[in-house]
Amino acid sequence: MSIDRREFLKIAGLTSLIGVGGVTLSQGLKKVVEASQVKPNLEALTAKRWAIVVDMSKFKTKEDYQRCIDACHKIHNVPEIPNPKQEVKWIWTETYEHAFPGNEDEYLSEEIKHMPFLVLCNHCANPPCVRVCPTKATFKRKDGIVMMDMHRCIGCRFCMAACPYGARSFNWKDPRPFIKKENENLEFPTRTKGVVEKCTLCYERLAIGLKPACVEASNGGLIFGDIEDPNSEVRKILSSRYSFRRKPELGTGPSVYYVF
Amino acid sequence: MYNAGKIIVGLIIFVVFVTLPFIISGEKAKMKPEPKIDTPEIMKLPEAERKCVESKDFMKAEHMKLLNQWRDWVVREGNGTYVNAEGKTFLMSLQKTCMKCHSNKSKFCDECHNYAAVKPYCWDCHIAPKEKES
Repeated sequence: MSIDRREFLKIAGLTSLIGVGGVTLSQGLKKVVEASQVKPNLEALTAKRWAIVVDMSKFKTKEDYQRCIDACHKIHNVPEIPNPKQEVKWIWTETYEHAFPGNEDEYLSEEIKHMPFLVLCNHCANPPCVRVCPTKATFKRKDGIVMMDMHRCIGCRFCMAACPYGARSFNWKDPRPFIKKENENLEFPTRTKGVVEKCTLCYERLAIGLKPACVEASNGGLIFGDIEDPNSEVRKILSSRYSFRRKPELGTGPSVYYVF
Repeated sequence: MYNAGKIIVGLIIFVVFVTLPFIISGEKAKMKPEPKIDTPEIMKLPEAERKCVESKDFMKAEHMKLLNQWRDWVVREGNGTYVNAEGKTFLMSLQKTCMKCHSNKSKFCDECHNYAAVKPYCWDCHIAPKEKES
């Protein structure tokens, strides 16, 4: 059978019409989602760049530190793994010489030398972990939070090598057996074996209008606010007292400040 | 036919062997999955409010895509509120929104997922609601 040019064009036109029509029909359902909208939560706390000031004068006893750590680790289902090589931590204490290497002085006062410093992810302005992540599992949000997307993490641990603060922990094994049943927060996920985790500055609490858990538990020891807002609480403290940060010489621009 | 006895016996054994899985599973293989939506949380709601975030047909076919979208919107874009086709708003959260109503993971999620032999990895991290043994 032979067809002439006119026949061929007719058939081609008709087939493409059916094809296009079919695709449009099958996407009918999809349109429902496209018609839907998303918006930020009304009660969400927003900022140009979040920061935390650690007021060391408010931390006197061991409990003052532990309260913050427990509050964070409880609501985020952080496992308690006894083996220090496999431990997972979001916020913890460090000695002066470990937290601020290069600044230690031979004649440093004994008080400061042995004072534990509360340390956590610095939510850097220029985060090296974000730069090295091959899957963009860790990324910087518009409000300055260095965020983790656990769905994308492939556990390559480049970010752990890149982070100069040791703020990241790898899940060497399933963390679930190490979370106490009574401490489990059913409204927050756990992590799984083979992903890296760290402090997310309580993005889930900010979204519903609450300050980070550690700040809430600190009784004023941790001050949370927008560093780019000149009237914020953090800016008022930083403008009136001497502050210092961890390893600022690396150029990462940490957002966690310490004052005595 | 040469060796008719052997061939026929062989054929019977072959047919039985091939159909064995169907014979063993019997009626179970024909059973359709019936996800249950009669959780106490849903039953408590007045009849008119017993609606999911989108229509039932849409959720049946596209819930996995919707959940993927929710994940990206919340985690990556930081938007937490979903406005559905009817204009109602919902907090986008698997644990805080979906599973608050569908508190019966084994009878709701697993029912179809097991039938279709798909293993979504949601529950590796997300905590399923505690189900009461009944």
